[in-house]
Amino acid sequence: MQSTLFHRAAVGLVSLMISGMAMASDWTERSDHNLRPGVTAVSQEVYDLHTTILWIVTIIGLLVFGLILISMIRHRRSRHPNPATFHENVFLEVLWTVIPFVILIAMAVPATRVLIQLDDTSDAELTVKVTGHRWKWEYEYLTYGDDNNIGVSYMSNIATPPEQINNPVLSGGLFPYGTAKDAVGKEFPAKDANYNLEVDNPLVLPSGQKVRFLVTSADVIHSFWVPDFGGKKDAIPGFVNETWAKVPEGQEGTYYGQCAELCGKNHAFMPIEAKVVSQAEFADWLAQKKEEAAAAPDLTPFANLDEAMELGKQTYAGNCAVCHGNNGEGGVGLPFAGSDFATKKEHLEEHIHVLIEGRGAMPAFAAQLSPRQIASVITYERNAWGNETGDLIQPEDVYEQE
Amino acid sequence: MSTAATAHDDHHHHAPTGLKRWLFSTNHKDIGTLYLWFSFAMFMVGGLLAMVIRTELLEPGMQFVDPEFFNQLTTLHGLAMVFGAVMPGFVGLANWMIPLMIGAPDMALPRMNNWSFWILPFAFLILLSSMFMSAFGAGHPSAPNFGWTFYAPLSTEYGPASTDLFILSVHMMGISSIMGAINVIVTVFNLRAPGMTLMKMPLFVWTWLITAFLLIAVMPVLAGAVTMMLTDRHFGTSFFSAAGGGDPVLFQHVFWFFGHPEVYIMILPAFGIVSAIIPTFARKQLFGYASMVYATASIALLSFVVWAHHMFTVGMPLAGTLFFMYMTMLISVPTGVKVFNWVATMWRGSLTFELPMKWAIAFVILFTCGGLSGLMLAITPVDFQYHDTYFVVAHFHYVLVSGAVFTMFAAAYYWLPKWSGVMPNKLLGELHFWSSLISVNLLFFPMHFVGLAGMPRRYADYALQFADYNFWISIGGFWFGLSQLLFLAVCVLCALKKGEKAPAKPWEGAEGLEWEVPSPAPFHTFETPPVVK
Repeated sequence: MQSTLFHRAAVGLVSLMISGMAMASDWTERSDHNLRPGVTAVSQEVYDLHTTILWIVTIIGLLVFGLILISMIRHRRSRHPNPATFHENVFLEVLWTVIPFVILIAMAVPATRVLIQLDDTSDAELTVKVTGHRWKWEYEYLTYGDDNNIGVSYMSNIATPPEQINNPVLSGGLFPYGTAKDAVGKEFPAKDANYNLEVDNPLVLPSGQKVRFLVTSADVIHSFWVPDFGGKKDAIPGFVNETWAKVPEGQEGTYYGQCAELCGKNHAFMPIEAKVVSQAEFADWLAQKKEEAAAAPDLTPFANLDEAMELGKQTYAGNCAVCHGNNGEGGVGLPFAGSDFATKKEHLEEHIHVLIEGRGAMPAFAAQLSPRQIASVITYERNAWGNETGDLIQPEDVYEQE
Repeated sequence: MSTAATAHDDHHHHAPTGLKRWLFSTNHKDIGTLYLWFSFAMFMVGGLLAMVIRTELLEPGMQFVDPEFFNQLTTLHGLAMVFGAVMPGFVGLANWMIPLMIGAPDMALPRMNNWSFWILPFAFLILLSSMFMSAFGAGHPSAPNFGWTFYAPLSTEYGPASTDLFILSVHMMGISSIMGAINVIVTVFNLRAPGMTLMKMPLFVWTWLITAFLLIAVMPVLAGAVTMMLTDRHFGTSFFSAAGGGDPVLFQHVFWFFGHPEVYIMILPAFGIVSAIIPTFARKQLFGYASMVYATASIALLSFVVWAHHMFTVGMPLAGTLFFMYMTMLISVPTGVKVFNWVATMWRGSLTFELPMKWAIAFVILFTCGGLSGLMLAITPVDFQYHDTYFVVAHFHYVLVSGAVFTMFAAAYYWLPKWSGVMPNKLLGELHFWSSLISVNLLFFPMHFVGLAGMPRRYADYALQFADYNFWISIGGFWFGLSQLLFLAVCVLCALKKGEKAPAKPWEGAEGLEWEVPSPAPFHTFETPPVVK
């Protein structure tokens, strides 16, 4: 058993290395090795500052390494058998204290200027509240121009399908990957160009207008980072941090970012996708979103168990599987398969309640999912993986509790 | 107290043997040896964890481990390397070398010395045992998973049950470090040989003395941080919970008030080692001895006013951000002085490149690379881009691996003849050096590129544009890890006394009291203090 595990690990590693070398050429065209100049005026200033400092440190480095190299060649014993005896030189010592100091001042001046610019979040036309959740982003549009009552907010989840992410090469034992055991030995689909960067509902922003982001968190610390906007800001529970971006007109497009502060299991899987559109397009989009938000929730009952199970399966995969396991086997969260909680009648009301209100590390889903989705997922959890309780929860049941 | 210990030893001229020799040892040389083997063992454990991390990151996609387990790996890798490998490694060197360098018979507090070592294996047993405990279901280990920086609330409200084991083990490591530091200070202030004035002390002793003060100043702060975590977790306090009126950012301030001096705790003794080795093989006195001492002291003082540069993105007020940016930039001045002094020591010397010198020169160059990227990180507006990316990972591995760890190799090759009485195997040593030098750069240099290109650190999986560099970083990682087995072979050969017999002073240019005792250094040395000039 141990030897087979080791053997499979070794075979897996070698095949990975070979495929890695083969694929390296495919990925090269996307390869990047320097800071991105970015798309906003500030991000470009940051890039210029980076370039300047990089040159300064490169020159200092080459100077120091050059001197070491010369000394290693010219002052080796075979060429320089009698060492000099000097061990002090006040002039030199003052010189190499003062010169770096002057260089530092020269670097501090532009750094201070850019920092002050980055800090100025005043006169924004659009304000978006960005809330980090484990492991997704929530965007709430607060004010746009004179409109102080937009009432549009939504969740933004990673869109990369799990089959692309989970490519296990061996099961269980030494290297546990929990929820993806069933994928061992399967053929894995090719990864999309924007693997691990795409989301279902992107952040939509107008070009040519200053956008202020109010950054906060619902649980642990995250960090909101779109490199093309020129920097990151931590999302801290109980704090509201401010940052801003202004994408110039003519630079409409999609800009990707990632969470930059360790936030737990799926830290690497909560990307940011910002879609920058023209102001006219943005106004249309916002109007449509407002209309959707104002509409009453869809409480159409499920015709039968199968219909609820289908929606439930989809909802479960997108929201619950990360903690509770692809097959309800548990993980960071409780197990469902065969558990009292998901099979006994007396827990049904509690089940609905926990989904709506949250409990401990379990987030509240009332704001994230529609009553129809919540009903379907509870139905799914109580009927999948051999649970077969036959419980069919209707949207109305959930809406009442909400 | 020290005279009592010496008198006690006088009655037992036979050296204790077997397990008892090590368990009950009050001898600075034996305790030093214990520390050094422990440090190497932790280096291998931490390295093994890093190999699993690099295996997962070889290609995009999750192939080997669960992202949850990945976080546990990065956490334990950091803790094992910082608290298990680097810190005890330098304490081991201090134990062996400080008494020999200042002409003392032993450390001033030998029994405490024993205790401060023997706490460590248990502390790490507690910490690492959490890897084999399952809180999330069978086969799903749940060691601490919040990074070695254990930011609240990820480590408090959201930490696994094993967080309490982590807190206990950090307390124990802290006790060990503080006792070790007290011992160094008392030894240096009380047991110097007649004529060994402070400004005649070897720089290794100076840098360790300053390090010891840093340890005493900041380890209690770390203890405070984990104690507040403990009460937040179990006793209803809300130091770090905004919901209870507390402040998660306070945690970061407290942690980095410890954490930044900690960074210098891990590098100042390295400066001392290099300042001993370069003059030996340049056959020329160290350039600017006094300025070295003052530069070390300035770095230590500045380390208390730069902590928030680790947290530029938490949203500090502009004035605070500017203060920490300027102070951080200022650190490069005394650090620069040190590098220039080493170069000036080599200049017009008569250089030979024995193994210790090779490692020392590699240190000066690679540490300078790490220092220069550190200067880039100090520039706050650009740090907003660099922060928490692989650029930072590259930076601190350059200063800690090709910095601190390389000097420990340098120290080992330099003093192994004194410790073991035989010269380290040259062929294995050369292989170890060249193999490590090439692989360490293959491992860490491309991290600058992926970091700048935007790959965040502590990522179990990444976007496709980072794939090429990550592949080569992993290859460099496996290569560097395997190279360290060569060092193990060198040490084992020395321990078995296999090799060319070493004279009392194996390096012709070496100076200092440690070379006046025979090789291997006898169990007791300097029972009658030598007189310095």
